[in-house]
Amino acid sequence: MNVMMLLEMAATTFEDRVAIKNGKETLTYGELFAAAGAAAEKIKASDARRLAVLDVSTLAIPIGLFAAGCAGVPFVPLNYRLTKEEVEKLIARITPAYLITDAARTDELAKLDGTQVIATGDFVKAAREGKAETSWPMDPEDVAVLLFTSGTTGAPKAAVLRQKHLVSYILGSVEFAGAGEDDSTLVCVPPYHVAGMAAILSSVYAGRRIIQLANFKADEWIRLVREEKVTNAFVVPTMLTRVIEALEGEDSANMPSLRAISYGGGKMPLSVITKAMKLFPETDFTNAYGLTETSSTIAVLGPDDHREAASSDDPKIQRRLVSVGRPLPTLELEIRDDEGKVLGAGQRGEIYVRGEQVSGEYEGKGSLLDKEGWFPTRDAGSIDEGGYLFIEGRADDVIVRGGENMSPGEIEDVMLEHEAVADAAVVGIPDEQWGEAVAAAVVLKEGQSVSVEALQAFVKEHLRSSRVPQVIKFNKELPYNETGKLLRRVVKAELSGKA
Amino acid sequence: MAQLKAGTRLKSSVCATEVMVIAAPDNEVAVTCGGAAMVGMKDDPISGATLEAGGEPPKMGKRYVNEEGSLELLCTKPGEGSLAVGGTAMAIKGAKPLPASD
Repeated sequence: MNVMMLLEMAATTFEDRVAIKNGKETLTYGELFAAAGAAAEKIKASDARRLAVLDVSTLAIPIGLFAAGCAGVPFVPLNYRLTKEEVEKLIARITPAYLITDAARTDELAKLDGTQVIATGDFVKAAREGKAETSWPMDPEDVAVLLFTSGTTGAPKAAVLRQKHLVSYILGSVEFAGAGEDDSTLVCVPPYHVAGMAAILSSVYAGRRIIQLANFKADEWIRLVREEKVTNAFVVPTMLTRVIEALEGEDSANMPSLRAISYGGGKMPLSVITKAMKLFPETDFTNAYGLTETSSTIAVLGPDDHREAASSDDPKIQRRLVSVGRPLPTLELEIRDDEGKVLGAGQRGEIYVRGEQVSGEYEGKGSLLDKEGWFPTRDAGSIDEGGYLFIEGRADDVIVRGGENMSPGEIEDVMLEHEAVADAAVVGIPDEQWGEAVAAAVVLKEGQSVSVEALQAFVKEHLRSSRVPQVIKFNKELPYNETGKLLRRVVKAELSGKA
Repeated sequence: MAQLKAGTRLKSSVCATEVMVIAAPDNEVAVTCGGAAMVGMKDDPISGATLEAGGEPPKMGKRYVNEEGSLELLCTKPGEGSLAVGGTAMAIKGAKPLPASD
């Protein structure tokens, strides 16, 4: 198995269809296949054991992903937002490496031991001009991609995704050649995010044209959707929020080509998805939940689920709009308690998942799968009677107050229902009496105000008194990373007085 | 008869069909296309074999399974011969349509 085989199938079926578009540059499926094969020869001829990219989305990303598969070396997209020191530390972990980077960084990075550096433009040019008789290894155990996790707690870990994980994910979730001639998808997640890798593979296998947007800006996103008549897009919740803000005052989004928006990567606030569905009434919304370690998506809330929940009078059905839907039919998912016992409907515990796309492996740390192949995600959640999965923060986020376990998510959900509250983050802070105390950072809606006492009373109306935040601080905004993940440790440090 | 493993590619002896093994049983199996044994990509086709008519020719990107579900093949190049294991036709694996999620 090899991702290159997926590309070969696309290239033989629709050779002249445009696969990738970035600004004015394009690559057809035939050109992408040839370029990947040619680039692979260069990598094989070097002593590099990894192909790394330190740059925004360009044509080099898809060429590199497939070229690495073809050369039998892992593809390592690095986070270009990291500091120089952080980048150098990561590079030291992946040498000897063939490193593609923007022209401004080549000289500096070439000084590092074990790197062979090439500017992005030169890499793409050489790949396009090269010619190669292409063949590639088919060992399912070969490592396809190494992704450094965002490290919201501690040092980044390198998640290992093997060819078998990615190929299984694609074969199990995408219909080959399922996209029409005019279908296109706007990809604005960075390449170092698993969704960026999955977007390339899914689109190539479906035959859907990828339009790359390197640095997300709402105006630019809207312009591209309208100009390129984009049919599909994937966004993280913060991006959708920005798009809605940019459309403020408009009755409709005026993007008739946009048939489907999928979103994931962080928790979608109910107010945002509700507004989005009103602005884009004809568009299908899909919520995708997944982890780096599971080769992207493991559960989806589909378009019908969205419409049913939004139009229902039953609170149980309505609530599903903030769920992540049901697990993919190709895998198994369970909620377990601390002792490993499988829990029933509505009970909160840790999410475990098993399936062919699930890697659960980190470089140097080995596999975290148990003997039966289950991966403990460290995400907390519950499943309702209909099989819908609700994510309730990280298992590590649990607040333990006087021996009572509570989930920040349930308190946040209540606070978000208050008319003055735009965003809320709840964390546990050290407390002499209780071990941990509940504390909240709250962002108010523009022009609104509410007192700490009134907000505490509001929470008390809905939840047990132990869940009422003892400390509430009002902030201008909450700290999110660029893919929409709340940086809880930052909130915690601030509320504990350690920031 | 051959012991197959995931990732192995096979080609037809009598037409253009190529497949990749997605899942394989522990025992040896005889996979045929158009009535003749399929061979490894670098192997010579079975000499003198002729295309046997009948059955559905495999379609690009579709998955095919045996009766027990222990052998699964992906069609990576379509041809005219139909796929069979030990003389029994392989069935197309039902697609599970999912909304595009990434």
